[in-house]
Amino acid sequence: MSYLDKESLKVVGTRPIRPDGVDKVIGRASFGADMTMPGMLWGKVKRSPHAHARIVRIDTSKAAALPGVRAVVTAADFPDIANEEAFVGEGPMNFRDLSRNCLARGKVLYDGHAVAAVAATSQAIADEALDLIEVEYQVLPHVIDVEAAMAEDAPILHDDLFTQGVDPKPTKPSNVAKKITFTKGDIAKGFAEAEVVIEQKYTTQPVHQAYIEPHACVVAVGNDGQCTVYSSSQGQFMVRAYCAKLLNIDIANIRAIPSEIGGGFGGKTLVYLEPVALALSKKSGRPVKIVMSREDVFRGTGPAAGGTIEVKIGAKKSGRIVAAELVLKYQAGAFPGSPVGPGCMCAFAMYDLDNVHITGYDVVSNRPKVAAYRAPGAPNSSFGVESCIDELARELKIDPLALREMNAARDGTKTPYGPTLVNVGYLQTVEAAKNHEHYKTKLGPNQGRGVASGFWFNIGGESSAAVHVNEDGTVAVVEGNPDIGGSRASMAMMAAEVLGIAYEKVRPIVADTASVGFTFLTGGSRVTFATGMAVTQAAEKVVEQLKSRAAAIWDISPEAVEWKEGKAWPAGANAGSFEPLSLAEIAMKSGRTGGPISAEVSINAQGAGPGFATHICDVEVDRETGHVKILRYTAVQDVGRAIHPSYVEGQMQGGVTQGIGWALNEEYIYDKDGRLENPGFLDYRVPVASDLPMIETVMVEVPNPRHPFGARGVGEVPIVPPMAAVANAIADAVGARMRHLPMSPPKLSAVLDEQDPPRLAAE
Amino acid sequence: MSKHHVTTTINGEPAEYLCEAQQTMLDVLRDELGLTGSKEGCSSGDCGACTVIVDGNIVCSCLMLGVEAEGRTIQTIEGIANGDTLHPVQQKFLEHAALQCGFCTPGLIVAAKALLDTTLNPTEEEARYWLAGNLCRCTGYDKVLRAVMDAAEVMRQEAGR
Amino acid sequence: MPRVNYAAPSSVDEAVKVLAGASGLTKVMSGGTDLLVQLRSGRLKPDLIVDTKRIPGIIGIREEGDFFVVGAATPGVMLSGHKALEHAWPGIVEGADLIGSTQIQGRASLAGNLCNASPAADSVPAVIAARTIVVIAGPNGKREAPAEGICIGPGRTSLAKGEFVVEFKIPKPKPHQCDAYLRFIPRTEMDIAVVGCGINVTLDGGGTCTDARVVLGAVAPTTVLVEDAAKALIGHKLDAATLAALDAAAQAACKPITDKRGTIEYRTKIAGVLARRVAAIAFERAAAR
Repeated sequence: MSYLDKESLKVVGTRPIRPDGVDKVIGRASFGADMTMPGMLWGKVKRSPHAHARIVRIDTSKAAALPGVRAVVTAADFPDIANEEAFVGEGPMNFRDLSRNCLARGKVLYDGHAVAAVAATSQAIADEALDLIEVEYQVLPHVIDVEAAMAEDAPILHDDLFTQGVDPKPTKPSNVAKKITFTKGDIAKGFAEAEVVIEQKYTTQPVHQAYIEPHACVVAVGNDGQCTVYSSSQGQFMVRAYCAKLLNIDIANIRAIPSEIGGGFGGKTLVYLEPVALALSKKSGRPVKIVMSREDVFRGTGPAAGGTIEVKIGAKKSGRIVAAELVLKYQAGAFPGSPVGPGCMCAFAMYDLDNVHITGYDVVSNRPKVAAYRAPGAPNSSFGVESCIDELARELKIDPLALREMNAARDGTKTPYGPTLVNVGYLQTVEAAKNHEHYKTKLGPNQGRGVASGFWFNIGGESSAAVHVNEDGTVAVVEGNPDIGGSRASMAMMAAEVLGIAYEKVRPIVADTASVGFTFLTGGSRVTFATGMAVTQAAEKVVEQLKSRAAAIWDISPEAVEWKEGKAWPAGANAGSFEPLSLAEIAMKSGRTGGPISAEVSINAQGAGPGFATHICDVEVDRETGHVKILRYTAVQDVGRAIHPSYVEGQMQGGVTQGIGWALNEEYIYDKDGRLENPGFLDYRVPVASDLPMIETVMVEVPNPRHPFGARGVGEVPIVPPMAAVANAIADAVGARMRHLPMSPPKLSAVLDEQDPPRLAAE
Repeated sequence: MSKHHVTTTINGEPAEYLCEAQQTMLDVLRDELGLTGSKEGCSSGDCGACTVIVDGNIVCSCLMLGVEAEGRTIQTIEGIANGDTLHPVQQKFLEHAALQCGFCTPGLIVAAKALLDTTLNPTEEEARYWLAGNLCRCTGYDKVLRAVMDAAEVMRQEAGR
Repeated sequence: MPRVNYAAPSSVDEAVKVLAGASGLTKVMSGGTDLLVQLRSGRLKPDLIVDTKRIPGIIGIREEGDFFVVGAATPGVMLSGHKALEHAWPGIVEGADLIGSTQIQGRASLAGNLCNASPAADSVPAVIAARTIVVIAGPNGKREAPAEGICIGPGRTSLAKGEFVVEFKIPKPKPHQCDAYLRFIPRTEMDIAVVGCGINVTLDGGGTCTDARVVLGAVAPTTVLVEDAAKALIGHKLDAATLAALDAAAQAACKPITDKRGTIEYRTKIAGVLARRVAAIAFERAAAR
């Protein structure tokens, strides 16, 4: 069935209070660190103080002998697994690398790399035990910066890493893990026809997702080998699978239970603590709890990649782009696997281009292995491309939104990475931005306005969901996606809409791996789309069962029954004149009409719709200090269909804020020894409440017809435009083009000081 | 190392516990008293997830020792609602969808409640600066501020102003 | 957190005894908002923490003759709530109010901010500019010292073993005397000052400066009392030439480092910018008082 007609919807599109809301505002919701198990031990992780070193020797004997210590583990307690790469969701995963990231084997590759762990009867004893673990290191030269890591004489991290994607196959190991290219048309011909060419290099720094909840888990391994893992993660099935893989356990012997999760943004789509805790629990025979400190989170978990973005765009004076070239060099951190692929693919997706050539390099260096962060790879490449488009617009003296309109991708446009776009709303976002009152307001001295666009594919994938009718006519919706943004409310809303009953009668739960079918993790902006699809299909199956039960009660054919407004009705006068039966009435009789009324659906959701956004940002610059104030921000996005509009707005506002932080102040700062200098919220500067204005959102709805309600993913697109939007606004305000993130006050001040004479506004 | 015996008042009720000197108030609340509503986000006083009210002022409980609670009055997130009746700040957080993951929410609610205890007429800017010590990574603060300003309005009406 | 012992003496004499009798590393605690961070990060491993907050009078503000007397452990929230102090020395109150968040304000104290001896401390420049006297208790009884003599290097004070700060005596301002404090930070809150500046000026009836003290923070190993900057103001109205001279004098006094919060060049430039902005506010306030 299709529910694409917005006017006919009763629940979807409204703004009810989320079912887990009260627990969260009274402090009763249970997050990763809130769980305890009887008899549990406290686990702590020892981390390398060196950016690059060989582990010569680890002596854990003194630690093991400390009274109160029940287990000590190192990589020796993990199976040594083969070099194996599997594609999981938004990026490839090499399980050997993941294992070595959880506990270092042979070498430590970054400041903060885990080398050992203990479990003890108190946190104080565990801390003391860590100090008693003796690790002898042979310190090696290290390399932090991506271009330095690519240099001929760079210290090599992995002796067995040879660059993929180059011909002939290299014989010398390298820090360049792979090279990829995308080509469409003929850029030499394109640039030859260009009347204007803009060529610039941009850089971004690694930034952390900075979820406020540090990683935490409580695990128990029984004598019979049955494992229970309670943890804060974006996917309990991922936790189960990764722990099984890393520790060589049958998947069936692990039950992974998702706690409430205090933010993830991609950073919790893999494991750090759970396998270590399981090893400690197995060794000690007791449950083990490990909670990361904030310092551990910064030093030991995966940030977003940073890197360089070299853009070359050729256009006619009319504004029509005739050629585009892009070279991306992204940091993967200590092990291969940066999101340079998506970075390449998203960069020009907003534009209809005939001639494009994109090259991407995945480069390792002595920093934490990067993890996904909200549209991984795209914010970086879009910072470069959207800034360059703005530079082109200024050069041609064309309004930047008009330039985008002129070159906009629409239905039927073939993307540079292959697929043809269908049912997309990019142009609508540009027009909504152009016609928005924000775009017309006047600015004052030292104030400027910037626009930028963004794109993210969004994914579908495997989801399972069950809908159970309770004896009193209330309904349970069982799904398997940790709720990071209000998704369980949307599941209940879609089920309520299909069943025709009140939202308050539908109770969603996020279930563990033993209680719901396989479900891919919460990420890729997939939950409302894929799990929503599964929930909708399960609810529809329940409706079929309800109809046939009514038919049985009335002794007519099921085809003669229709379902509307939460009731079974005879379909037409010929079916008979029966009073309609409500869901509750049918439920009460279910035992006598055939048994429990229930449906579970497992699907691999196809047809995820990509998302586009166009943002407008106003800033004011303090010329003397380089301080940037965000005056006003409007985010326009094609959201498909907003199931719960408040939570869609929330995704937009949250993504924008992370993008602003990435633009202005967030970065990893390393000293000359490769040690992280700012592993805390004091000097890793995320936006605070006083840094921002209200963030206006405009939801353009171009429904995705592949989803019963028209939903498309919304969570990731909003982080893609802000960095360029801010940079373009600064250029407009004071004529300073900032190409290197973050655009912190000292850097902007230095650029302004070089202006001679000072420019009042962009020329 | 012997433990300290502390007698204090938490959420209006007398409370006593044993703790070691280095245990923070946050450690005590979470690990000794089962009050896990206050969260540990950073342990350096930079995120506000551990916010509690001590003798009428909001503090980071991660930067207070458990022994210091002797003779003082502590209010945590668990004590903000009045039995089954949510505080207007809590109710407005729900109505405005001012939480996404909910982890920073207890700290924000305690801090916002304390703001409205000092004034029922904060400007948006005053509220933003008051709440600058409560980091939120999910919401961008927009709906949080709307909820706080709306709660102030409700409380002004209740106070008959 | 590493294990530690804890004592909460209930009088100055008891505190002196406890401090004198302690072996190993002993730290005095007021609000604990620096101390506990350092304990948690492992930077400090004291054997004993002496909490002064139970000493009568150590929390509170009173007026005694020509002084405001502020108890050492008085939290920032009490300073900003004291109308008379805020009117007399808004720069001191603003500086203290900028330390951390509202939550930090619930505990952080002038004594802690001073004795932690970070050159970037927000309350210290205006406290020094106002000619504050620090009252110290120790094994040899009580003594008084000017605030500018307390910090002798990053993390180091001139307090002898067994000494601790009991209170701050801030002289009441004269007519047409007032102060201001500004700091530069990358965000709008929650950052350590990249540069801080506190200025105290006295004007005559015509608006000419007759006395001035200019103090810079975060541009040297300790806060800097900039004599030349004061000289640039005294005898002048705050016109363009005076501002330029002030800016230059402030920049010349800087001996900053490049660290994760700012570069040498940037801090030096901002010192001049802030000095001008702070002077403008201080002059305006002094004229109105």
